[in-house]
Amino acid sequence: MDKRNKAALHMTWVKRAKPVLFVLCLLPVAQLAYAAYRGSLGADPVETLTYATGDWTLRFLLITLAVTPLRYLTGIRSLVQLRRMLGLFAFFHVCLHFLVYVVFDQFFGWRLILEDILERRYIMVGMLGFMSLLPLAITSTDKMLKRLGGKRWRRLHRLAYFAGGCGVIHYLWLVKSDYREPLIYIVILAVLLGYRVVRSTKERRKLQTTSINTI
Amino acid sequence: MLIKRQDDIKPSEITNPSLYARRREFLKGGAALALGVALPVGSALGPAYGAAKLSPLTPSRFNTDEELTPYEAITTHNNFYEFGTDKESPAKLADSLRPRPWTVLVDGEVKRPREWDIEDILKQFPLEERIYRLRCVEAWSMVIPWVGISLASFIKAVEPNSNAKYVAFETLVDQEQMPGQRSNLFGFGLNWPYIEGLRIDEATNPLAILGVGLYGEVMPNQNGAPIRLVVPWKYGFKSIKSIVRISFVEQQPVNTWQVQAPREYGFYANVNPQVDHPRWSQGQERRIGDWLKRETLMFNGYGDQVAQLYSGMDLSKNF
Ligand code: HEM
Repeated sequence: MDKRNKAALHMTWVKRAKPVLFVLCLLPVAQLAYAAYRGSLGADPVETLTYATGDWTLRFLLITLAVTPLRYLTGIRSLVQLRRMLGLFAFFHVCLHFLVYVVFDQFFGWRLILEDILERRYIMVGMLGFMSLLPLAITSTDKMLKRLGGKRWRRLHRLAYFAGGCGVIHYLWLVKSDYREPLIYIVILAVLLGYRVVRSTKERRKLQTTSINTI
Repeated sequence: MLIKRQDDIKPSEITNPSLYARRREFLKGGAALALGVALPVGSALGPAYGAAKLSPLTPSRFNTDEELTPYEAITTHNNFYEFGTDKESPAKLADSLRPRPWTVLVDGEVKRPREWDIEDILKQFPLEERIYRLRCVEAWSMVIPWVGISLASFIKAVEPNSNAKYVAFETLVDQEQMPGQRSNLFGFGLNWPYIEGLRIDEATNPLAILGVGLYGEVMPNQNGAPIRLVVPWKYGFKSIKSIVRISFVEQQPVNTWQVQAPREYGFYANVNPQVDHPRWSQGQERRIGDWLKRETLMFNGYGDQVAQLYSGMDLSKNF
């Protein structure tokens, strides 16, 4: 099979995978909703909801950031078509996470919320992560991509790494003695970011040498 | 009267069936042990939750009449790091704890240092039902019907001398029984043994008890079997579990969480809505079972009994 056919084949199966992935991505929330309906969210349902939505925000963020490396490693370029949906699921979960906090932890006490953000560094950095995901969600449409232009859009969307960084630091700072889970997430984020940095430096160098050669 | 109230509550109303089945399963394993427990009076296997009943129980004048937190919640939502750092692990893992035979070493500045057998403690001191609020530093709370003995009477019996300014408590250290002690979490975990302390006048306050059960039954392992401290005007971490040693000392003990994060946890740890914690605002709390929070009371609502212990002290410094 020649290269073009292969790419076309990938494109069709990525397209078909999309609705399947969409349903899969809904499973964590579906599971929570089902547990809530059955009354089996545990002794402290608010804690369960906060932890689950926080965990899934971070997981979706990291899965989203893994798409591009995976695309390079497998050569399946059309994987990029799944990235927006995954990123929006991260945003969806952080919205739920924040909603649980606003409704059940603070019951819309905006003054208390503001105090909490200013006084507690883990809340502050979580908020920073949330706020940096907001422009990404807004500019996630094709229209916005066109309006911004590919280069600017890509630069803006590097904020996803910043949000990931905020997310893992938020987690690290809220833990009291068991750092194992936040450390796992930090390592994954570092590997993903490291891969991109190394690759882009290599590419730049290659570009330089080829341009020298052509001279 | 109080005991009758428990009879009104059917276990099926409190405990969801699958958990109930799981507990039965768990108890089958521990049945030999449970039967071997020589309780002072009437050690029948209680029908309600399966654990051995404790009786007779004297009701206490300190009991709150607030709605009790269900048995299921009290026994599945535990901070007991010896069995893991999340709240579900203790209920799942604590069956490895062997609460019998059990001894408590009493030493230090006392006339009668002695290794107490848990059975002797249960025989010698009257059991009381104490329905107390429990307020965790993580801003959640419960109402728990403890069974316990007065700590003041216990202290009187061991006769501390005038050098005994503080009481230090220690939890069991045993990696085999307590899986949470196996890993030191890259050096960030708690130091074992878990240590807590009280000033002697705090320890002899009538509110302080050594808890040996809840809901009229023997203390479940995950709640600190067979014997634990209950000091309801302080954050939950002061109420040390599975005690193996009580020492009377001159110097103020350094408690485990104070070592872990001195900026966050102090020696006194009195419930105080005015003194914020770096992680949690302490002004409000979520009563387990509620969705929304309620106001936290000074000294967890026990100010009448304990406020005089701290008169003249700056509680924002002595947090
Ligand atoms: C990128 C944004 C965020 C991410 C990735 C994130 C992730 C997480 C994670 C992983 C946890 C711990 C879950 C566990 O222990 O299993 C958590 C807990 C929590 N998060 Fe977030 N979070 C974010 C933003 C926020 C924001 C904006 C707020 C509120 C303003 C917030 C409030 C909390 C609270 C209150 C907890 C529970 C802390 C505790 O009591 O232990 N988070 N979050």
